[in-house]
Amino acid sequence: MNERRVISVIVLNEHGVLTRITGLFAARGYNIETLTVAPIPGSRYSRLTIVTKGSPRVIEQIIKQLHKLIPVYKVIEHSELVEKEMVMAKIPLEERLADVEALCRAYNGNIVNIGKDTAIIMAADEPSRIRNFVEALKRFNPKEIVRSGVVAIER
Amino acid sequence: MAQMSGAQMVVEAMREEGVEVVFGYPGGAIMNVYDEIYKHRYFEHILTRHEQAAVHAADGYARATGNVGVAFVTSGPGFTNAVTGLATAYMDSVPMVVVSGQVPISMIGTDAFQEIDAVGISRPCTKHNFLVQSADELPKILAEAFYIAKTGRPGPVHVDIPKDVTAQMGEFNYPKSVKLDTYKPTVKGNMRQIKKAVEAIKEAKKPVFYLGGGIISSNSADMVRELVAHTQIPAVETLMARGVLRYDDPMLLGMVGMHGSYAANMAMSEADLLIALGPRFDDRVTGKLSEFAKYAKIIHVDIDPSSIGKLVNVDYPIVGDLKEVLKEMVPLAKKSVEPQRYEAWREILQRYRELHPLTFEDSDEVLKPQWVIQRVGEKLKGKARIATDVGQHQMWTAQFYPFTRPRELITSGGLGTMGFGFPAAMGAKRGVRDEVAVNISGDGSILMNIQELITAVEYRLPVINIILNNHYLGMVRQWQTFFYDKRYAETDLSMQPDFVKVAEAFGGVGYRVKTKEEFDKALDDAISKGVVALIDVIVDRYENVLPMVPAGGSLYNMLLEYKD
Repeated sequence: MNERRVISVIVLNEHGVLTRITGLFAARGYNIETLTVAPIPGSRYSRLTIVTKGSPRVIEQIIKQLHKLIPVYKVIEHSELVEKEMVMAKIPLEERLADVEALCRAYNGNIVNIGKDTAIIMAADEPSRIRNFVEALKRFNPKEIVRSGVVAIER
Repeated sequence: MAQMSGAQMVVEAMREEGVEVVFGYPGGAIMNVYDEIYKHRYFEHILTRHEQAAVHAADGYARATGNVGVAFVTSGPGFTNAVTGLATAYMDSVPMVVVSGQVPISMIGTDAFQEIDAVGISRPCTKHNFLVQSADELPKILAEAFYIAKTGRPGPVHVDIPKDVTAQMGEFNYPKSVKLDTYKPTVKGNMRQIKKAVEAIKEAKKPVFYLGGGIISSNSADMVRELVAHTQIPAVETLMARGVLRYDDPMLLGMVGMHGSYAANMAMSEADLLIALGPRFDDRVTGKLSEFAKYAKIIHVDIDPSSIGKLVNVDYPIVGDLKEVLKEMVPLAKKSVEPQRYEAWREILQRYRELHPLTFEDSDEVLKPQWVIQRVGEKLKGKARIATDVGQHQMWTAQFYPFTRPRELITSGGLGTMGFGFPAAMGAKRGVRDEVAVNISGDGSILMNIQELITAVEYRLPVINIILNNHYLGMVRQWQTFFYDKRYAETDLSMQPDFVKVAEAFGGVGYRVKTKEEFDKALDDAISKGVVALIDVIVDRYENVLPMVPAGGSLYNMLLEYKD
C-alpha cells in the first residue's frame, strides 16, 4: 500500500528551518528518499522538494504535520507534477567517449568536462529515466556517480 | 522608542504581555535579564529550587488560569532541566513561554561552559522555538512567542537568548499585534460540515459525546454543557476533560479509556456515532484501534488538522476553534435534535452503570486510597484546584474526585510526568489565590520535586500535599501483579524518609495518618491553618486501579476485579 509521493514545501528561509523538516521526518518515522533545497529567487522563502513513501494515511499525516510547522508557508502535494533529476558521473578516458556522449544525449545530457584521466558527464531527466541512465552507464565503468535528488514543479 | 538593552527588552515585553508572575532560576547566561528584573520589579519572580519545577509551576499556573505561563532559566543544565517541563506542556497543549539564557553568539558551537544546543533539544517538544540573533529582533520574537503559544492549538514556545544579545542595545518597538504569513490557524468551522454533523446526530440511534481537553483549552465547557443538556446524549470524558461536565450530571458516564468506567467504555464500543469534541484519540483512551468504536461514525472537531484522521478514520471532520464551531452547532442542534430519540440508548447505558458502577471495597482496618479522595471531594468540592502526580493516585483522583468545573483538575496526561503535581499546584495556587490548592501524590512521585517545599513556604503558596503512601511505585507494581507474575522488580519503596520530619525541616507542617479520623483531622487542620502541608496517608499496599483495559486490549474487555 506504500505509494511514492513528491511533496514540495515552501518555507521561510531562516535559521534552522531544514532541521525542523528533517527532524519531523525522523521523529515520526517517515521516510525521505530524496531531498533538495534552494532559495526561491526574489523572495524570503525556500523550496524543498521531498520524495517520500508511505501509506495514504502516513502521507496525509506528513502533509498535515509539515503544515503545522510555524515557518512552513505552503505544502504542495499535487500528483500533476513535472519532475526532473540530475546526475553527474566521472568516466575514465579509456572508455569510448563517442558512445558515452550518445547515451548522454538520449537523456538530455552531454560531456561537460574532460580532465587528465576522466571525463565528467551529466544528464537531466525524469527520475525513472535517470535510473535507467545510471544502469546503462555501468558498462562505461563510472568512477563516481552523483545524483541531485528530485526537483518538481506543478503542471 | 527608547534605546535599551536586550535584557531590559525581555522584562519590558513581559510587562507588555501583562505577565504578573515568572517562575525561574538564574545563572550565568541569563544574569543580565535577572538584573533587569531586580531593577524594574514589573512582575513577581518566584525562585523555585529546580528548573523543572519552575516550568511545571508556570504550566500549573497556565492550566489553572488560562493565561500564558512564563519561566526563565539559564543555559546548559538550567535549560536541560527545563526540558521535561516543556515536553509535559507540549503533550497537553498548555500555553507557555520559556526563556533561556545561552552563551554569547561568538562562543556558540565551541563547547563553551554551560553551552548546549538548546533549540536543537527543544525543537521536538515545543510548538515553536527561537534562537535570538540580535537585540533588534527581540521584541518581535517575544511578541510572536506569546502569540504562537496561545493561539491555534496552544503549546509551549522556547526563546533562547545569547548573553551578548541581552547586553546589546537596540530599539524597543513592541509590536501591537502579530501577523504571520506562515501561521494562520483555522478558527471558523466549515458550515456545511457542521450542518452535516448535526444531521448525523439527528439520525443517530446511539450517539455518545467523547469530550476532550480541547474543550478546556478553548474555554467552551459552558456550551458543551448546554449541548449535552439539550440533546440528552450521554457523554464520556477523557482525563484531560474532567470537569467539563459536573460529576453529578446525569448524562456523564464517567472517564473513558484504560481506567475508564464500564459504562463509558461500553458506550464507546456500542455507539453508532461518536461526537468527538477536542480529544485526540490517545492510545490510553482507544485501546486496540481496530476494535475502537467499530460500529460508530465519527464526528471530530479539532483546531489541529493533524489530529483529525491521525489514528482513526473520521466521517465528519471539522477543523476549527471548538468555541466557534459550537456557536454554530449548538443552535442548530437545539432546533433539530429530539432528545426522546435516544431514550432506549440511555436505558441500555443506565443498565451498564448499574451493572458495574465505579466502586471499591472500603475497610475499617486500613485506609483505602479511593476513600481518601472521596473525602477530599466531600470537603473541598468546587472550592479547590486538584493537581496530581502520575500513577495510581492520579487515576483514582480522576475516577473518584467530584469535579465540578473545567481547570479544577491539573494533571500531566500525555507525557505522564511524575514530579509534576507539587510545582503545578504551586503555580495554580499563585494563579488562583482564593482557592485551596491540593496535590494528590504518591510516595514515588512526591520525592521527584520535594525540594519545592521550601519555595512554597517562602512564597506562602500553601499547597496541601496528600501522599497516598502504599510504599510501592503502585502503578508499576499493579502491572507486575497482573502481567509479570508478581515479580516486583524495583518497585518496593519500603525505605522511605520520615515525611512528617521532611515537611517540618522545610518549615511546613507534616501529618501522618492511618485512620479516617486522623485523616479528617489532618486535612481540616491543614485547610484552616493555610500552611504548606504534607499529609502522609498510609493506605492499603495492594489496592489496584480498576476497571482496567490492559494496554493494547479492546475497550470492552475490562478487568473489573482482581482476586488474588
